[in-house]
Amino acid sequence: MSVGIVMLVHTALNRAEQAARHWAAGGCPVVIHVDVNVPRKTYAAFTRALADVPGVRFCKRFRCEWGSWGIVAASQTASEMMLEDFPDVRHVYLASGSCLPLRPVEELIEYLADRPRSDFIESATTSDVPWTVGGLDHERFTLRFPFSWKRQRFLFDRYVDLQRRLGIKRKIPNGLVPHMGSQWWCLTRQTLSAILQGPDRKEYDAFFKQVWIPDESYYQTLARQYSTNIESRSLTLSKFDFQGKPHIFYDDHLQLLRRSDCFVARKIWPHANRLYDAFLTDPAGAMKRTEPNPGKIDRIFAKAVERRTRGRPGLYMQSRFPNEDWENGVTAGPYSVFQGFTEIFENFEPWLAKATGARVHGHIFSPARVEFAEGQNTINGALGDSALVRDYNPNAFLTNLIWNTRGERQCFQFGPNDNQDVNWRISKDPNAQVSVISGAWAVPLFRSNKNFMDIRKEAALLQKIESDHLNVLRSPYAKARIRIWSMAEFIEAPMEPLQGILDEIGHTQTRRLSEVPKMVDLTGFGQFLQNLKNQGMHPYLMGDFPVALGPEPTQTSPRKPYLVR
Amino acid sequence: MGAWQSYRLRLQRKKWRIRAFRKRREMKAVVNRSDNVRPLDLLCFTTLRNEITRLPYFLDYYRDMGINHFFIVDNDSTDGSADYLAAQPDVSVWTTAASYKRARYGVDWLNWLQMKYAHGHWSLVVDPDEFLVYPFCDTRPLRALTDWLDASSIRSFSAMLLDMYPKGRLDEQPYQSGQNPMEIASWFDSGNYSISRNKRFGNLWIQGGPRARVFFADEPEKAPALNKVPLVKWDRRYAYVSSTHMLLPRGLNQVYDEWGGEKASGVLLHAKFLDTFTHKAAEELDRKQHYSGSVEYKAYAASMRDDPDLWCKWSEKYINWRQLEILGLMSKGNWA
Repeated sequence: MSVGIVMLVHTALNRAEQAARHWAAGGCPVVIHVDVNVPRKTYAAFTRALADVPGVRFCKRFRCEWGSWGIVAASQTASEMMLEDFPDVRHVYLASGSCLPLRPVEELIEYLADRPRSDFIESATTSDVPWTVGGLDHERFTLRFPFSWKRQRFLFDRYVDLQRRLGIKRKIPNGLVPHMGSQWWCLTRQTLSAILQGPDRKEYDAFFKQVWIPDESYYQTLARQYSTNIESRSLTLSKFDFQGKPHIFYDDHLQLLRRSDCFVARKIWPHANRLYDAFLTDPAGAMKRTEPNPGKIDRIFAKAVERRTRGRPGLYMQSRFPNEDWENGVTAGPYSVFQGFTEIFENFEPWLAKATGARVHGHIFSPARVEFAEGQNTINGALGDSALVRDYNPNAFLTNLIWNTRGERQCFQFGPNDNQDVNWRISKDPNAQVSVISGAWAVPLFRSNKNFMDIRKEAALLQKIESDHLNVLRSPYAKARIRIWSMAEFIEAPMEPLQGILDEIGHTQTRRLSEVPKMVDLTGFGQFLQNLKNQGMHPYLMGDFPVALGPEPTQTSPRKPYLVR
Repeated sequence: MGAWQSYRLRLQRKKWRIRAFRKRREMKAVVNRSDNVRPLDLLCFTTLRNEITRLPYFLDYYRDMGINHFFIVDNDSTDGSADYLAAQPDVSVWTTAASYKRARYGVDWLNWLQMKYAHGHWSLVVDPDEFLVYPFCDTRPLRALTDWLDASSIRSFSAMLLDMYPKGRLDEQPYQSGQNPMEIASWFDSGNYSISRNKRFGNLWIQGGPRARVFFADEPEKAPALNKVPLVKWDRRYAYVSSTHMLLPRGLNQVYDEWGGEKASGVLLHAKFLDTFTHKAAEELDRKQHYSGSVEYKAYAASMRDDPDLWCKWSEKYINWRQLEILGLMSKGNWA
């Protein structure tokens, strides 16, 4: 008889009874504290049910409200009873009614017998841990908390504010260094009795009665005063979520709990029959006799917290709809937007697909229909090509497309003819790589067979739209990877920009570009621009385009298509 | 939101509750077994019409999940649905011949029943063709979810409507009573949903899926809403405003995170598109008892004449909740 269990119980008394029987059968004396909130009848039935088990005691009852002193008072009283009534006990283990022993009791006894002077209590200084709820860490000890956090939140918050504003601070007695940690500990008789019988206990108790959540700091702080050998970890596997409430274990955690090799887990869902059946009947040696190793469980719960607080980047759904600029990833992955490239190169799309291995779409925001790659009319996620549906919510269309094709880079063409409603979203998206050859929209006009007055009108409109778009791209809020060349600048040396874009997309091909897209014939384009100017419409977005003035062309034979090398 | 607007919403909530109170007389109890309901029971509320073929599987599905008692309003069925339900030990049945439309598509009736019987219970409101899927539903009963929601101080749980459809014509594979409808309608659209925020009620408005893709391609703004909040820890002061799409007080609609995180959510598999649908659509068009001049059914009837194949190359085949989670249609949130 070397380990005594102090058990704090407030609900699911049938499970608590099962656990108590299990501990007692393993030879551990048990002292149970039942919350005063449990109705007297239920309490009576509970004590009767355990009457036949030797070594089970019940102690005086306190009101245990979360965050208040009652829980500490309960564990103090129960521990005193344990130390007094069972003089053989060397370690006292604090557990709750929803704790489930995972390994046979003998193994715990053995484990503790091998470490007779170790106190297992998680205990860290407040400045070193980020566990705190509500932004209160050191202030837990220096402010007063007369109001309940759960029931009187408004008063609680206001009173904290008030004390902060007035600069009221309590003194911490005797130079105690506040420590915090899991409230489930296992202390030696020596340490525990030193805490409970210490000459300063009255003073400490008075101090901790005003501390917020004292069950996470009372023993953790005082053990540092008296213990000679603190193992700062809890033998109870207990994980907390981002709100500071414990994660709950269910039947499907069975294998995970088995492999954890922990002694006790909390908190178990009371209806998890399979867990109770499995662990309370396990023969000795069902698990390896090794150190507890909750690594995998840690990872699963850490991931759950991450999902709740950060979420999956680029996902918009029924339970994740971030406010603008709070997205944690506007879209799900990197993608490229090309403006003006298909106008200048004849075979730009197939060339890009070949050079990068990415999926290259046409103008997916074109007013007629969504030009998906390979002329498909639906794409991943059953996203359709209807321009009407897309324009109903263009931002959602973009984020859906990128989400649906996670793992495959998307490239698409854009231009001043397209729906401009997505410009801000793209511009503010760090995943977007935007490359613009400004003024290239004039090339199709130049090559078209339209009346010049119509061309002039359209050119004016397109120039206006593109200029607005460029303002968006150049705004200080833009976060995308943006490159803008004027057309004149670009065709002078097209190789470098292309290489730069491809390098950034980062395909597997590491060598220099071997094949280049074919540029359209631009003979006479300068004159075309000049004509526009002569009509009073100044096309400025193309930059200073070389205007081949003069009545006779310099070459008599038609030039070969401009080939970039 | 200013005090004035919140006062107006309060008035509106009261208006819906008074309306539900007035409409209570339209219903006549066939069998009322509500005395059997114990304090912690999980309750299910449904209104239906002529659904006898679907009922056996529907009831079993939710019984297995852990629903303890069903409250069902039968709107003038002619196929014996009411008698079938009255014979079930865990069902209370009311019947009414009044207008479904004027009871705001059944909402008033159910608001009344919930006001009366669901106070303090977790209450699930679903149609007979809606099947709730929530995280870990294959290993944990519904009670595990509601206990966790209670512990997390969450009062309402969102489950988006996911339209399921078969491959090929709707009438190709007839549905047998008692059969899992997802054996036939096993396909869904995974990534074509568009979401906007309803500023007034604070809920999200989700549209998309096969209905928007096929029936409403020309008028996407008219496509049916898919956002639903079917599971609520009910209080008699609450009221559904429009179907289960939104509630008052508006805090209950806050089922989504606005700062980038994911809250836990589920999906309602909507097995509407079975061989029974063509017939139903014709009948409903005739009765004119559906939303906004039955615009939905008009659209169906028009498309149905041609080729009722909702399936496309990029349709996903349903496997389980984990698949829906990975696709981003639902989330585990911080439940693990």
